[in-house]
Amino acid sequence: MHLIVVGLSHKTAPVEIRERLAVPESRLGEALARLCSYPGVKEGILLSTCNRVEVYSVVEDVDTGYGRIQEFLADTHLSLSSEQLTPHLYWHTGDRAIAHLFRVASSLDSMIIGESQILGQLKDAFEVALAHKTTGVIMNKVVKKAISVAKRVRTETKIAEMAVSVSYAAVELAKKIFSNLHEKTVLLVGAGEMAKLAAKHLIANGVGHVRITTRTPQHAVDLAEKFGGTAVPFDQFKDDMASADIVLVSTGAAHYLVGAEDVHRAVQERMNRPMFLIDISVPRNIDPAVRHVDNAFLFDIDDLKHRVEQNRAERMHEAEKAERMVIEEVTMILDWMKSLEVTPTIVALRNRVEDIKRAEVEKVLGRLGHLSAQDRELVEGLASSIVNKLIHRTMVTLKNEINSSSGPAFVEAARQFYALDRPAASTQQTETYSESSRYLADSRPQSEADEPTPEPSVPKRAR
Amino acid sequence: MAAVCFMIALILYIVATVSFLSYSLRRSEALSNVSLSITAVGFAFHTITLIMRMTGASSSAPPSFSDALSFFSWMIILVLLIVEFRHRIHVLGSFMVPLAIVSLISAAALPESEPTLQPVFKTLWFHVTLSMLGTVGFAVAFVAGVMYLIQDRLLKSKQFNVLYSKLPALDFLDHLNQQSIVLGFPLLTLGIVTGAISAELARGSYVSWNPEQTWAVVTWLFYFVVLLGRLTIGWRAKRAAYLTVVGFACVILTLVGVLLKGHSALS
Repeated sequence: MHLIVVGLSHKTAPVEIRERLAVPESRLGEALARLCSYPGVKEGILLSTCNRVEVYSVVEDVDTGYGRIQEFLADTHLSLSSEQLTPHLYWHTGDRAIAHLFRVASSLDSMIIGESQILGQLKDAFEVALAHKTTGVIMNKVVKKAISVAKRVRTETKIAEMAVSVSYAAVELAKKIFSNLHEKTVLLVGAGEMAKLAAKHLIANGVGHVRITTRTPQHAVDLAEKFGGTAVPFDQFKDDMASADIVLVSTGAAHYLVGAEDVHRAVQERMNRPMFLIDISVPRNIDPAVRHVDNAFLFDIDDLKHRVEQNRAERMHEAEKAERMVIEEVTMILDWMKSLEVTPTIVALRNRVEDIKRAEVEKVLGRLGHLSAQDRELVEGLASSIVNKLIHRTMVTLKNEINSSSGPAFVEAARQFYALDRPAASTQQTETYSESSRYLADSRPQSEADEPTPEPSVPKRAR
Repeated sequence: MAAVCFMIALILYIVATVSFLSYSLRRSEALSNVSLSITAVGFAFHTITLIMRMTGASSSAPPSFSDALSFFSWMIILVLLIVEFRHRIHVLGSFMVPLAIVSLISAAALPESEPTLQPVFKTLWFHVTLSMLGTVGFAVAFVAGVMYLIQDRLLKSKQFNVLYSKLPALDFLDHLNQQSIVLGFPLLTLGIVTGAISAELARGSYVSWNPEQTWAVVTWLFYFVVLLGRLTIGWRAKRAAYLTVVGFACVILTLVGVLLKGHSALS
């Protein structure tokens, strides 16, 4: 059983390829079913977003698995030939595949590091796969782990905290001036794309009132409807400025629309309540001299960009921390995956029962010193045969299930039944031994009287 | 015993200050809870000290100036803990705890048993307590003002550094400033009135215009104007921040006046 990933992302493929490869949600189920119908493909998840298309799969053989998934990708998208696709694909297996999934989930591989959408998309992909029963023990565990790693990264690093878009940087700055954006009013002067986006973010963050003015009155009315705000006539907006806590200017005007004197008056009219002015226009529409007006805070596009750059750098720094977390988590899950291999499990099981048997036999023989060498051999043989018979079915089942899809589940079950993963097991054993020796001591007189046969006592002790 | 608790509280506050400062100047959030816990433990010891002083042998004696200062810093820490608990603004500790320390050290530096006050009347207790509570309000307003001016400067000069990210929003600081004065001013007013009554009872005249009393009246007038200006003609934000910093200087001068004159007018 091997975990592999085959896919492409914004790092390896241009948008022309990605958009053709994307699988619409309605077809995900069908695609997953087809994926798992390939021989040798045991489990599968299909992650399809605008920035990446990836197939995570558990396969019997790595190389055939790679081939099958490539085949699957080309089949799903008849418009793309294998030759067109291959140069953009990446393949990972084992720890690298897991690390890749963890990095993707934690948004370390995203176009904008720290964005939060990808985690939701991964959860959705996982749910679809669960609904179509195309995941098994390994995939379930690994994907769930990926989700928890992503959450850990988000809570323990500041990777997602800081604004990395100009429009969002405006919101971040607004929050340093106004602790609560509710009941605040934003005045939108002109309607550049970035200003609209910033206004949208501000509204999403609680800004209560929106006032809009544009040179074309109808445009303002349309926008006002869209944002649930009020339109203000363009020639009156300066008088309206005092009612705005946040002024967002982005017009195509080639000169300053708002002068320091206008802002000064507005601030006075506001009884010195602070005002936050954002000028996203180039050339600038607000006179930079506004900087010298008390209680007015002016930021132009360069200031916002500068803030974004700083935040990007900060996110990169946090990403390093996140990468270390991913490495840590990968090591942990690899240990678990190793434990799912059949052979080591069989060996561990054999050693475990062998230890128990030897210890028990030694104790009994220690007390039965009068036995002849032949009798001693008999006792040992008896113990061995009981132990072997008891674990025989387990061994056979494990061996038979090596290649079946439920193999890992059996291995996991066996490991739990026999507590093969518990290092503390040795102390537990000692307890069992001492208990059984007490039992032996107690039952001794009785055994002597009853002409004991070892059969009943041995299974009891083995308990 | 009280002295030991006092020393422990002082040392814990100093440790907390170092911790708060390094929290405020580093990106990591790690130290916030540590600093807060150290402060809280220090506060517990400080409380014990105050209770011991109050119930101790000298309980019948009037409050000494050093007790008043100790009470002042205890209140400062109490306010810090309350604001922290409600708003989680850890950076506040970097400003308030040092203030408490300065006052505690002054309290310790004063001679232990200077009988500055005659055991006159109960009104003296009210005078000291109310004046100190009013002072606490102005001290918090001062801290909020300083933080406001720093954040204002950082925003104006577009220095988005660590301190910028840890300081709260401007309007929060302005609101804290206003609330503190609104609470502090009536308390100081009552403090001055009870002081005058004590003086009358002890000496037969309400006011004697010694430096301490003069400064108290100047301080009172100053804050009266500040409060009036804020409520009527919009003296808020940066101006209010500046004014409260200046006002607190008046408060300090009054306290120094008290110290130098040893409350002589009353004795």
